[in-house]
Amino acid sequence: MFVELLKAFLIGGGLCAIGQVLIDYTKLTPARILVGYVTAGVLLSGLGIYQPLIEFAGAGATVPLTGFGALLARGVRMAVDESGWPGILAGGLSAAAPGITAAVLTGLIIALLFRSSFK
Amino acid sequence: MPTTERYAEMVKNTSGHSPSWKNIPLAFLIGGAICTIGEGLLHLYQFTGLTADWAGAMVSVTLIATSGLLTGLGVYDKIAKLGGAGTLVPITGFANAVVSPALEFKSEGLVLGTSAKMFLIAGPVIVYGLAASAVYGVILCLLGQAGM
Repeated sequence: MFVELLKAFLIGGGLCAIGQVLIDYTKLTPARILVGYVTAGVLLSGLGIYQPLIEFAGAGATVPLTGFGALLARGVRMAVDESGWPGILAGGLSAAAPGITAAVLTGLIIALLFRSSFK
Repeated sequence: MPTTERYAEMVKNTSGHSPSWKNIPLAFLIGGAICTIGEGLLHLYQFTGLTADWAGAMVSVTLIATSGLLTGLGVYDKIAKLGGAGTLVPITGFANAVVSPALEFKSEGLVLGTSAKMFLIAGPVIVYGLAASAVYGVILCLLGQAGM
């Protein structure tokens, strides 16, 4: 268990450190970096590179946004395997549904309950 | 009244745009810590009997809800000043990017403020993520038809 936590820490930390390098040494905005991470996750998963990283690092690979991209790719892969062409349109969003719905509901609930601290 | 420009400025400020030798180690430590919490939760959820897939989904949901609450309390932005990309890149950063404008733009109403602006950053992430996954799906189908 300790080894698995350590692997998650190292790989997750490494993926975040790459993001910090992009912020500090390029002109990429945070929004573009997030878009880049998700797209890179889809690409790396499609190339068969990301799944081994998930098996190695667990949440260290799934919690960073590249993991969200890998989840989309895996959803499409499974849906295409199962139902062919219609899977192209259904697979990604089905796999991402819990995360996106949780984020949207959290956004709505927090906005209703809290006052903006931003002046 | 907050504007889109002001929000962009805010995001820029919280992501710590001043290069310093401390930024990268801090991003590594804080981002790594968030992922370690995720890994701990993953083991916990699997221990309660969830399958690996559902446990993974529930880890995301837990991290998203926690980060959303911390954003509402104004705590996440304080951690983000220190953590930079360490708080941006994990799924908690995605949740922060949804909740923060949802709250800040409440002043413009719950429809065109909160619910429209929560997609300011999440929208592009979803658009390009889905586009990439659709391209991948087309490639898989073509390979399948070619019998590969």
